[in-house]
Amino acid sequence: MSGENLTSSEYIKHHLTNLTYGQHPDGSWGIAHGSEAAKEMGFWAINIDTMAVSVILGFVFIYFFKKAASTATAGVPGGLQNFVEWVIEFVEESVKDSFNGKNPLVAPLALTIFIWIILMNTMDLVPVDYLPHLASMMGVPYLKVVPTTDPNLTFAMALGVFVLILYYSIKIKGPGGFFAELAFHPFPKYLMPFNLFLELVSLIAKPISLALRLFGNMYAGEMIFILIALLPLYAQWTLALPWAIFHILIVVLQAFIFMTLTIVYLSMAHEESH
Amino acid sequence: MNINATLIGQTIAFVMFVWFCMKYVWPPIMAALEERQTKIAEGLAAAERGEKEHELAEKRAKEVLKEARTEASDIINLANVRAGEMVEEAKGKAVEEAAKVKKGADAELEQEIAGARETLRQQVSVLAISAAEQIIKSEIDAKKHKGIIDDISSKLGAA
Repeated sequence: MSGENLTSSEYIKHHLTNLTYGQHPDGSWGIAHGSEAAKEMGFWAINIDTMAVSVILGFVFIYFFKKAASTATAGVPGGLQNFVEWVIEFVEESVKDSFNGKNPLVAPLALTIFIWIILMNTMDLVPVDYLPHLASMMGVPYLKVVPTTDPNLTFAMALGVFVLILYYSIKIKGPGGFFAELAFHPFPKYLMPFNLFLELVSLIAKPISLALRLFGNMYAGEMIFILIALLPLYAQWTLALPWAIFHILIVVLQAFIFMTLTIVYLSMAHEESH
Repeated sequence: MNINATLIGQTIAFVMFVWFCMKYVWPPIMAALEERQTKIAEGLAAAERGEKEHELAEKRAKEVLKEARTEASDIINLANVRAGEMVEEAKGKAVEEAAKVKKGADAELEQEIAGARETLRQQVSVLAISAAEQIIKSEIDAKKHKGIIDDISSKLGAA
């Protein structure tokens, strides 16, 4: 529990509110206090906490992997290089298993997705009050430390993948081929509108399901950590520990699912027909 | 929980990280991995080759050893034969030498015998002459009977 003057629902709300910077309805620019205020800012506002944490973690990923990459030798690998190679071989294996085409983008994309999401998800295992409390002591009113509990981030990644799906579908099959794939399956040609409807729904469902799956899992996990934090101090560990241990699985699993589905979707985009 | 410009910001960040990873992280590590793979493969191949070569060398060494052994036994045989020949030769030479020595000895002996005989004959003839002189001195005139004595002495010489 952070402040004594907070009720449970206020505490929960506080934890689930992003640090949003944007234009207030009265015209001034600043931090939104509460999610209602953030909503009033409309689209042109930015979640500073999500951006900052995700970009910092992105740089952590880049820093370590670049370090390993620039010192990579064919000789006996050191600790960091060993770890990085292990991860890369794992990703490479996943890509080889599900991706049949040849595309130099897919494997690095999968690696970035995998590691970045793992890092961001892992923020969930930091005790829920540590960073927000630290931030509030430094004068930052809101801080949501797990970027993957912000749908902005999950949708941004999913849309990035979606754009790649569309790009490669059109590039490999041509606009006509892509349209034919959407219009002439699974039923015969005279049912084209129906086919088109079905296929468009399933196409659009890809990024949405990607984004919502990750967001939903992490949001729910974070929510449960917050609820556990509302328990009396002496009882918290009985639930927090098992949930944290279980959550380690979720952290890796969700990153793996996002990566694998990205590979599979891109593989489907590269394949000529059903 | 609102969708706002964070979406765009995150998309940009995502694209940048993927681009960076694709450009600077993935290729060198994959290159290192592949290089190590080929190195290991080469090492294994070299080890196998070395083993084969070792086997071959061992075989060759065995052959050489065998050859050397047969050669040595040949040499020994030859030497034995030669030694026998040499002994035979030496024996033959010794026999020859012995025969020569014996011959020489025989010849010398004969000469000596002849010399001795000569001496003996002369002495005997001297003795006989002196005896005859004694006899003749006392009984016969030496000048008178010289023909007879000479005749006897030449007869003795012929004997």
